Amino acid sequence: MEMVLLLLLKSIVWIVVLLSIFAFLMLFERKFLGYFQLRLGPNRTGPWGLLQPVADAVKIIIKEDIIPREADRITYKLAPIASLFVALAAFASIPVGPPIELFGRTIELSIVNPNAGVLLLFATTSLGVYGITLGGWASQSKYSLLGALRSTAQMISYELSLGLSIIGVLILAGSLNLYDIVQAQERVWFVLLNPVGFLIFFISMFAETNRVPFDLPEAETELVSGYSTEYSGMRFGMFMIAEYINMITMSALAALLYLGGWNGPSFLPGIVWFALKVTLFIFIFIWVRATMPRLRYDRLMSFGWKVMLPVALANLVITAAAVSLF
Amino acid sequence: MTAVFWIAGILAVAGALGVIVAKTPVHSVISLVVNILALAALYLALHAEFLALIQVIVYAGAIMILFLFVIALLTARKDPIERTEGKLEGQRELGLVTAVGGAVLMIAVAASAGLGRMPANEALPSGFGSAAAFGRELLTTHIFSFELTAFVLLAAVIGVVVLVGRRQL
Repeated sequence: MEMVLLLLLKSIVWIVVLLSIFAFLMLFERKFLGYFQLRLGPNRTGPWGLLQPVADAVKIIIKEDIIPREADRITYKLAPIASLFVALAAFASIPVGPPIELFGRTIELSIVNPNAGVLLLFATTSLGVYGITLGGWASQSKYSLLGALRSTAQMISYELSLGLSIIGVLILAGSLNLYDIVQAQERVWFVLLNPVGFLIFFISMFAETNRVPFDLPEAETELVSGYSTEYSGMRFGMFMIAEYINMITMSALAALLYLGGWNGPSFLPGIVWFALKVTLFIFIFIWVRATMPRLRYDRLMSFGWKVMLPVALANLVITAAAVSLF
Repeated sequence: MTAVFWIAGILAVAGALGVIVAKTPVHSVISLVVNILALAALYLALHAEFLALIQVIVYAGAIMILFLFVIALLTARKDPIERTEGKLEGQRELGLVTAVGGAVLMIAVAASAGLGRMPANEALPSGFGSAAAFGRELLTTHIFSFELTAFVLLAAVIGVVVLVGRRQL
């Protein structure tokens, strides 16, 4: 019973924290995009635009909820919920710091800690594409469907190289548990031992979260807004939240698998190191969005299958051989 | 654990029924995903952690998404492609016979194997269901079927390359 309560409490805290991070992430993204483009970004709401998330939230909640006449109503309503649910659930197995002592008991800083933590995370995130595909299909609109089909093809293609790059880390750490993987990086971070794997993970990360330069599912300039074209109000908001939480999850995973998680010089607590590393990746996400043009769709696919996949496979074979020989 | 079994079991059966009852193919796909996830929960209740996760990654995360991809493309317009019952006759009767026959067969097999009298709390070997145990079993005891499956998949890959790549050669 106590365990269930603890799980429930952790889940509520996690959801609140994630949603608040999301709110300010939007602000920081717009601010930084502004600076990158020599603008000021939002600056009318409060000092440094800090109240912008509140204004955005009020706006999106009171917007009219539009359902297209031809839409498949059940699936149309289910899709954003599925997206958000999967995004939040994926974060359940991510530890944000070493276990802490509180009230005489050890508390792990992740909601669950299964032996196969990496696999659980991978299994949950692999369900993320359902929300997008179902939403695009249920809208019964050309742009939505095209966006949905693109995202399905893209996410499946890059999931392969993402998975293969992770296996390299698993071989180096000899465990599927995220705590063990961080433990194994106490002396050397895996980004140094497996730089090619990191590069593949890094590129696939952008494709998996549908971010620039791989944002073809949305591609405003040609598909209006892809799978979310017909959505409005909070249903659109749920897709947005899911996308940004996926971004946080991927950044956290990159920090855990390659940058040593919460390991760092001891003048800062582990959780702060971890937050700094995640922030670094999120900043790179924004930086890339401000810098890179969108890829052409056929180039995206041939890059995924003809470059990423073979390199990931070769990297896996070499890593496995090196680990077993030395 | 019993609660998990009942909830997941009912969801699995509901999902399976949904696949055949649903009028829209996409709804069938959603039902099948529910069924697959419930099956994964059942594996988890049996301490087969690795198998449960692989079930989700492979079936829900990859195969069903490809199904959905094709079905969404084919049913891009909402009206169902098959309005009439189709040319195949006697489907319902045949289906009923197969279902009843299958059920009788399964109950008979379960009864003769004495599944109702299984020991309840037999201790599991340590590490049961973990990735390590799974891998060791797969690469020692079941190495032949493992290699055979790999061979079949390789044949499929080569087949695809030959069929699709012919135009460019």
